[in-house]
Amino acid sequence: MSEVFDRSWTGWLRPDGRKGVRNLVLVIYTVQCAAHVAHAIAAGEKDVQVIGFPGCYDNQYAIRLVLSLARHPNVGAVLSVGLGCEYTQPARIAEAVEKSGRLADSFFIQDEGGTRSSTEKGKAIVRRLRERIHAETPRVPMDFADLILGAECGGSDGTSGLVGNPAVGRLFDRVVDAGGSAICEEIVEMIGLKDVILARAVDDRARAELEAAYSKAEWYCREVRQYSVSPGNFAGGLSTIEEKSMGAFAKSGSRPLQGEIKVGETPPWPGMWVMDSVPDPHFMQFGYTNPNDTEGIMDLISGGSQIVLFITGRGSVIGSPVSPLIKVTGNSRTFRRMEEDMDFDAGRVLAGELTLDAAADELGAMVADVAAGAQSKPEALGHREYFVMYKHQDTPDLERGCRSAA
Amino acid sequence: MTSAFQIHRSDNVATLLDDAQDRVTLRGESAGEVVLREPVKLGHKVALADIPAGAAVIKFGIPIGTAKAAIPRGAWVHLHNIESGFDERSGSFDVATGVGKDMSYE
Repeated sequence: MSEVFDRSWTGWLRPDGRKGVRNLVLVIYTVQCAAHVAHAIAAGEKDVQVIGFPGCYDNQYAIRLVLSLARHPNVGAVLSVGLGCEYTQPARIAEAVEKSGRLADSFFIQDEGGTRSSTEKGKAIVRRLRERIHAETPRVPMDFADLILGAECGGSDGTSGLVGNPAVGRLFDRVVDAGGSAICEEIVEMIGLKDVILARAVDDRARAELEAAYSKAEWYCREVRQYSVSPGNFAGGLSTIEEKSMGAFAKSGSRPLQGEIKVGETPPWPGMWVMDSVPDPHFMQFGYTNPNDTEGIMDLISGGSQIVLFITGRGSVIGSPVSPLIKVTGNSRTFRRMEEDMDFDAGRVLAGELTLDAAADELGAMVADVAAGAQSKPEALGHREYFVMYKHQDTPDLERGCRSAA
Repeated sequence: MTSAFQIHRSDNVATLLDDAQDRVTLRGESAGEVVLREPVKLGHKVALADIPAGAAVIKFGIPIGTAKAAIPRGAWVHLHNIESGFDERSGSFDVATGVGKDMSYE
């Protein structure tokens, strides 16, 4: 193994034992009516970011997703802001966050006055929280064994499966070999690959989990008559979902698949994991699987990913809250055209300028730099897109235990 | 000359690494040249063999779809001549832009 994957840096230690690569205050609004005030609170504040849920009616899936981000290793403190009429309760969110050993506060806008007074109150709170987590959070050595990396692809083209995703897959092999973890979701982009996926399962338990998740995804896509392949994918040379799937699956590398986790669930032990983000059957079918790239990135962060790699052949201008996004393209033309947004040009492998192994090393060094505090391009540009939607997923089986509780 | 990459030895298509007008050099699992029957763009596929109607189109060593009509060696392989084993909707999409033509904007 190259020495890149022996690198260490300084991270932030959370009370649950997990380590973060950022130390953020997260402002969480509990209904769309509070979105403006939440963003006004965070505006211009360093290390303060926003997520929120738009609906007035609450949803168990959304609450689980929001809490997994609120108690993420990159987050040190939370301010939850509601309007006052909605079902989702900011105080309950703050209480759950405090139980995790983090600092938290909450209020209803209707109790404080209006836009200006709520914004002023919120700013005072986030400044106090930020000061405290910067002063009080222990700094600890951190290495690849402490990392969970996520991978999402979007705006895929014919180069994505050829080199963009394989470069990330090779990186993930190295990270897993170093004792770390990686997560792929987009199980609807595994359609057509049942045998390929099951052959990668580490044991019978994992095979059964993956088979159930695969079968549900195939059923779901047939039911809604919608497959995860877009006009841009077709224009970029991908002709069928099967072709896109095989290219997308390349980002999982070659190591054994440890099994399947649900949205909001952290991998219970290290290795390569598949996340199931497809809605489970429910009396009212609602929720869409992977409605856009941002939703998938949120899912990966909910699984504890401290950094997410985003592979795009055609180019993209999104980022993410909580965990930095690193943009990789296998298309050198796209890299040149969108260099202000693209972090890594894997197209150099196709041009014969470097090997896939060398690309994985370079990408690993970039991950270590970002983990150590360097900003990725989407992060530096201020991209913090988020998307929390109504969906139904069965509650994950907590019997398996959670590494975060260790 | 523009290259086309054959990923798996059993593949009957190769992926173009740049836009090409009339011919490509093969890389990856095969070598030599293929004369194109039409221009093919970066990221798109060219047939490496004559693929009969109903036969599997193979890429990455797996079937990625079925030939809707006979596809001769050197032809552009895309929405107009192959179909997914799962997705019934995309076959009707615009072959150049990939945009769906089945949604009403009235």
